[in-house]
Amino acid sequence: MLWISCPGCGRRPVEEFSFGGEPRSVPDRITDPDERDVDYAWMYDNVAGVTTERWFHRAGCRRWLTLRRDTTTDTVVD
Amino acid sequence: MNEFVERQIALEWREPKRSYDVVIVGGGGHGLATAYYLAARHGITNVAVVEAGYIGSGNSGRNTTIIRANYGIPEAIRFYQHSLDLYRTLEDELSCWMMFSTKGLIWMAHTETQMRAERARCLLNVACGAETIMITPQQAKELCPQLDLSGGGRYPVLGASYHPGAATARHDRVVWAYAQGAMRHGVDVVQNRKVTGLIRDGARVTGVETSAGPISAGVVLSAVGSNVSTMAAYADVRLPIRTHPLQAFVTNTYAQSFAPIVGDTELLCYVSQSARGEMVIGAEFDPQPSYSLRSSFNFLQSCAAKVTALLPFMRDLRILRQWAGICDISADFSPIMGGTGVDGFLVTTGWGTWGFKAIPAGGEQMAELIATGRIPALLEPFRLDRFAADHAMADQGSTGTH
Repeated sequence: MLWISCPGCGRRPVEEFSFGGEPRSVPDRITDPDERDVDYAWMYDNVAGVTTERWFHRAGCRRWLTLRRDTTTDTVVD
Repeated sequence: MNEFVERQIALEWREPKRSYDVVIVGGGGHGLATAYYLAARHGITNVAVVEAGYIGSGNSGRNTTIIRANYGIPEAIRFYQHSLDLYRTLEDELSCWMMFSTKGLIWMAHTETQMRAERARCLLNVACGAETIMITPQQAKELCPQLDLSGGGRYPVLGASYHPGAATARHDRVVWAYAQGAMRHGVDVVQNRKVTGLIRDGARVTGVETSAGPISAGVVLSAVGSNVSTMAAYADVRLPIRTHPLQAFVTNTYAQSFAPIVGDTELLCYVSQSARGEMVIGAEFDPQPSYSLRSSFNFLQSCAAKVTALLPFMRDLRILRQWAGICDISADFSPIMGGTGVDGFLVTTGWGTWGFKAIPAGGEQMAELIATGRIPALLEPFRLDRFAADHAMADQGSTGTH
């Protein structure tokens, strides 16, 4: 189970947090402005490995934090 | 798969050739069904299905086996109703018993908002050819005597929609039956061979690299589940897919009959009884994307607490097994089928949480697309380029339990 270290509240279970998504990145090889917009709006990297994400401590201090998580094991990495 | 099953269902494993007209990556229900329909309906038998593990080892063997058509948008209702119709005659077509059993689905409403949503669902379903009717709490109790209509005092049942055609089938047998049917027509199914890349000739995909050498192909279809983004990236294709785990669990045997399937938006779960008498409970997918197959006690605890409020008899049962599947879930909660913009490379994906019920229709329609080169009418709304065309098929309301 995923535990998240909140800067304000310490180590808390994932149920207290909301997943806020990863920063969207559009590959450089897509050059057409319209295609870049479509990619930005819809497409995901869907990384199997370490990804950087935003999380919201909904049932705690209600602040946003950034963390790195390994999606293959669902654990937070430093 | 064990020897007993292989004797019951005649699977013939052959060494793969170096070249095929069609190579399908992923030996789950959709991949094998597409191979079967290509061979049986269109005479295209020079086909290989390449599977990294064993057939049905992904989400085809991890779902909760519910087959229904009570979706929330017209295109999806027509598609899934067609799939349900195909399932009804599938045992005869494939000469294989799949434990297909029509049970009916009761979808509970606990608030006025949900009552409105269920009434709208009924009207839309009937207009698009799927039978769904509103029933009173008393009628729900007659269909399912185990229901506590007060919902433990917390989730009172105000009414429900009833979808009499809903069914369950044994998921492994569906996979094996399609594999058997495809093999009988000369399709090669290769297990334990991981596809590690795509062979490209200019802009065109001309085959697959595998852990045991390359295989060239006229057309490559990705019927990959949770790892589809990696597969598409081999062809520089970007997909609106994220991989989320979905958890389910099964109890020990309940000695009485639990006739229908019960679904519940408020409780975020769905319940049915397996042919062995075990109660199968599935839930909504986890909010954060993950490729981890680990299941959690927190989920089990919260789901069990909610489901026993509606079905108090389940308090006396014990948990037998808990598991997770990792689902390829699309941005608009509808599947994605067809071309990718790269010649020779097609996908059938976005099946996370609603793929099992779609196996016959998905396979049949993808086979027609590959064989004729024309997009069938049922498939047309589910093209990948719908996102660029601003025709997203938002259907979250009928995925899983939302």
